[in-house]
Amino acid sequence: MSDAKAIADRLVKVKRLNALLTPVKELRKSLAEQAAAARPTGVLYGMPVAVKDNICTIDFTTTCGSKILEGYRSPYDATVITKLKAAGALIAGKTNCDEFAMGSSTEHSAYGRSIHPIDKTRVPGGSSGGSAALVAAGAVPAALGSETGGSVRQPASFCGVVGIKPTYGRVSRYGLVAFGSSLDQVGALGRSVHDAARVLSVISGRDPKDTTCEDRDPLRLPTVPESLQGFVIGLPREYFPPDLDPAVRRACDRAVRLMKEQGAAVREVSLPHTQYAVPTYYVIAPAEASSNLARFDGVRYGPRAEGASDVRDLYRRTRGEGFGAEVRRRILVGTYVLSAGYYDAYYRRAQQMRALIAQDFRNAFDRGVDLLFTPTTPTPAFKAGEKLNDPVAMYLSDIFTVTANLAGLPAISVPIGRVKGLPVGGQFIGQAFLEDEMLEAAYALERAVPATEEA
Amino acid sequence: MPGWETVIGLETHVQLRTVSKMFCGCSAAFGAAPNTHVCPVCLGLPGALPAPNGEALKHAVRAALALGCTIHAKSVFARKNYFYPDLPKGYQISQFEQPLATKGSLTFLAPERGLVTATIVRLHVEEDAGKSLHDRFPKATAVDLNRAGVPLIEIVTGPDFRSPQETRAYLQTLKQVLEYIGVSDCDMEKGSLRVDANVSVRRAGDSALGVKTEVKNINSFAFVEKALGVERDRQIAVLEGGGTVTQQTMLYDNKDNAVRPQRSKEESHDYRYFPEPDLPPLVLTPEFVAEQQSLLPELPASKRERFVAQYGLPQQDAAVLTAGRAVADYYEGVVHAGAEAKAAANWVMGEVLADAKDHTEALRVPAGSLAQLIGLVKGGTLSHQAGKRVFTELANRGGDPRTIAEALGVIQVVDPNAVAGWVSEVLGAHATEVGRYKGGETKLMAFFVGQVMKASKGKADPKLAQRVLEERLTS
Repeated sequence: MSDAKAIADRLVKVKRLNALLTPVKELRKSLAEQAAAARPTGVLYGMPVAVKDNICTIDFTTTCGSKILEGYRSPYDATVITKLKAAGALIAGKTNCDEFAMGSSTEHSAYGRSIHPIDKTRVPGGSSGGSAALVAAGAVPAALGSETGGSVRQPASFCGVVGIKPTYGRVSRYGLVAFGSSLDQVGALGRSVHDAARVLSVISGRDPKDTTCEDRDPLRLPTVPESLQGFVIGLPREYFPPDLDPAVRRACDRAVRLMKEQGAAVREVSLPHTQYAVPTYYVIAPAEASSNLARFDGVRYGPRAEGASDVRDLYRRTRGEGFGAEVRRRILVGTYVLSAGYYDAYYRRAQQMRALIAQDFRNAFDRGVDLLFTPTTPTPAFKAGEKLNDPVAMYLSDIFTVTANLAGLPAISVPIGRVKGLPVGGQFIGQAFLEDEMLEAAYALERAVPATEEA
Repeated sequence: MPGWETVIGLETHVQLRTVSKMFCGCSAAFGAAPNTHVCPVCLGLPGALPAPNGEALKHAVRAALALGCTIHAKSVFARKNYFYPDLPKGYQISQFEQPLATKGSLTFLAPERGLVTATIVRLHVEEDAGKSLHDRFPKATAVDLNRAGVPLIEIVTGPDFRSPQETRAYLQTLKQVLEYIGVSDCDMEKGSLRVDANVSVRRAGDSALGVKTEVKNINSFAFVEKALGVERDRQIAVLEGGGTVTQQTMLYDNKDNAVRPQRSKEESHDYRYFPEPDLPPLVLTPEFVAEQQSLLPELPASKRERFVAQYGLPQQDAAVLTAGRAVADYYEGVVHAGAEAKAAANWVMGEVLADAKDHTEALRVPAGSLAQLIGLVKGGTLSHQAGKRVFTELANRGGDPRTIAEALGVIQVVDPNAVAGWVSEVLGAHATEVGRYKGGETKLMAFFVGQVMKASKGKADPKLAQRVLEERLTS
């Protein structure tokens, strides 16, 4: 089928980005088969959607960017994949990511780093960097990523595409390989708000296999609004610190001006617990990860280390060889914060802080603010290797995104301009399950802003 | 042991009798070929998520209600983290800080102390692990995950037992209650009821508890008593020798009836419990709990008391008849079908239970048939002996008691002429005994009646036979 061939050709053309993990031959074969079987009545009929490699697929291996799952093929499709297929979409291979979605640059992949489509010395962001790079390079109109602390929005911002993280519970997590279960959501990346939104609409909705997924109908897509008349947009002052990159600030200022011109009311708000978000996140996410990743022990699937003397040794060797440094670091941190004698000081306090952070947002929304607008990231895409040996610097690139995960809120990153040729993203954070309102604002901003022009 | 008091508390794991597993749709049945009742969820495959089994939750709530527990409107699943090859996810989904139920009690008959009430500290829901088979293959461990994810409740008592015998009596009462309400078959041999015991000893009169050990690997009710006795004796010997008891886990070995410390490497667990993020808190409405309460059958203790009051049975008979729900229901069926209560009790405790014992606990004679049979005996149509023969026929082949009795030819003969014939036959054959009877040995009457019954092949009405015998022997 020629469509399938054209889709595969576009993906093969950007092989230099190391964004796609699926071998070319396998990709071509599968796309041809899928195109032949796709349902012509589906709302995404024929649309290729690349999928982050931590989402289970029958058709391709699912490695999570890790050696410990090298060659692993899931016997079932994730619910989001089943829904995409039912809508007629074609699964356009699996995309590179930081190992088990732990990272902000796609440098922590066991299969090599992905390349920024505009500047090959830079990272595409992460952990859904492969998905963002493919969309930015025009190889696919949309892709699935996953979010635990900004892993869709941050790479979308770095690569100049749209990235949506839905409300926690909007999309089924069944088949998303868990990292931080209470934070994880599958998200959508697209060339435009519309491309990302229609994929999100298809994958959203109830799933009896995931009891944390709300019993709701799929998200209905809003229409593009005439103006932003009636919208009250809050600018949380903690997201515009004095040391914010001046070019990023300029891009945000311009976006705010354009929204005002469209009729939006803009006011400053405060989310006073913001400064605790990153430390809170780096207790809760690793704690859950330390438990979620316990199953990768070499006993039932995945590579098993040779030469173990007993079962303890088997675990030590398999996990020591199979996991990369960042994953090992987070498992250690997570194990520590859950340990007897430390649980109260770390995990319980982090949960208490998480509740306060969520309350900050409710307070802002209760005071009449519909949406919050912030920069998505403190800087544009950084250089490869720049933060690789400084984990805290790497963690801080998620400083504006982790809050939405901690509070379970929907958020979207929209391109709002360029800085020295590199894309910059602006973020809306919406109210729980009000993605439609958030998408309306994103449509309006997208229409108004000269996204490819210097800010 | 004089001068010492034993203190025991129990943690009992009970498999719930549900069709499917706790968090997936796989069969929870015992005994299938290894690793055939498995799916991505219970195999712990990447990306799979648990979805709770509503039936298991109903069972757990019923168990908690039957044990008089307070059911919490909100309880929280938690992960218990540890590595073992038969634990597919590397954690067990259990409950920790906020269990399903707390503060219950169970009253049981202790051999030495009479009625004792054990406190149920907590009852929570969890999933079972798989099974490691260390002797299946040489130098390798096989893992069967059919059991992984089977629903369990854990029932924790206070340190309320004072002897191994008493502990066993509690367990048997617990088993009886759980079987009654139909939530588990409580078969220790199949592992559907498993026990860990905390054991300590102290000088008689001391109020502080001694250092405790945990005894594991107890696989039958008989071993409960043995294992705990061995551990108690070991602790007393240590203390009497001037030593101290070390807090540790002891494994019971039934082959040589001994306990041994578990290797310390295996027990230094920090389970790192935390709330299970894949499952929302378990919220139970008052209506749901009330519905489960209304579905509880009469529990053994109240049934026993009712049998005493309603049927005029001795305590001992009532206890035997209410030991199992099936037998109790059967007994009441026999009475409701018209049998006299005491006679029915004797028949059920005698013929019925003996037959059931030989036939995998099956109650083979329908209650209605047994009631008819009891009526025939009571009314003199059948002798007791003949009744037993009819019962055996009924059990083996079924049918109508009277028809069977007729076919067997055991209907009692009440025709005086026929009986007189057998009496003549017997008196003629036993001239010596007739002489002795006439000489004053009247206790030989029983012998003559027996001979008449024998001659009549059990058909003669014994009362009539005696009357005729008396007439003939005194004339």
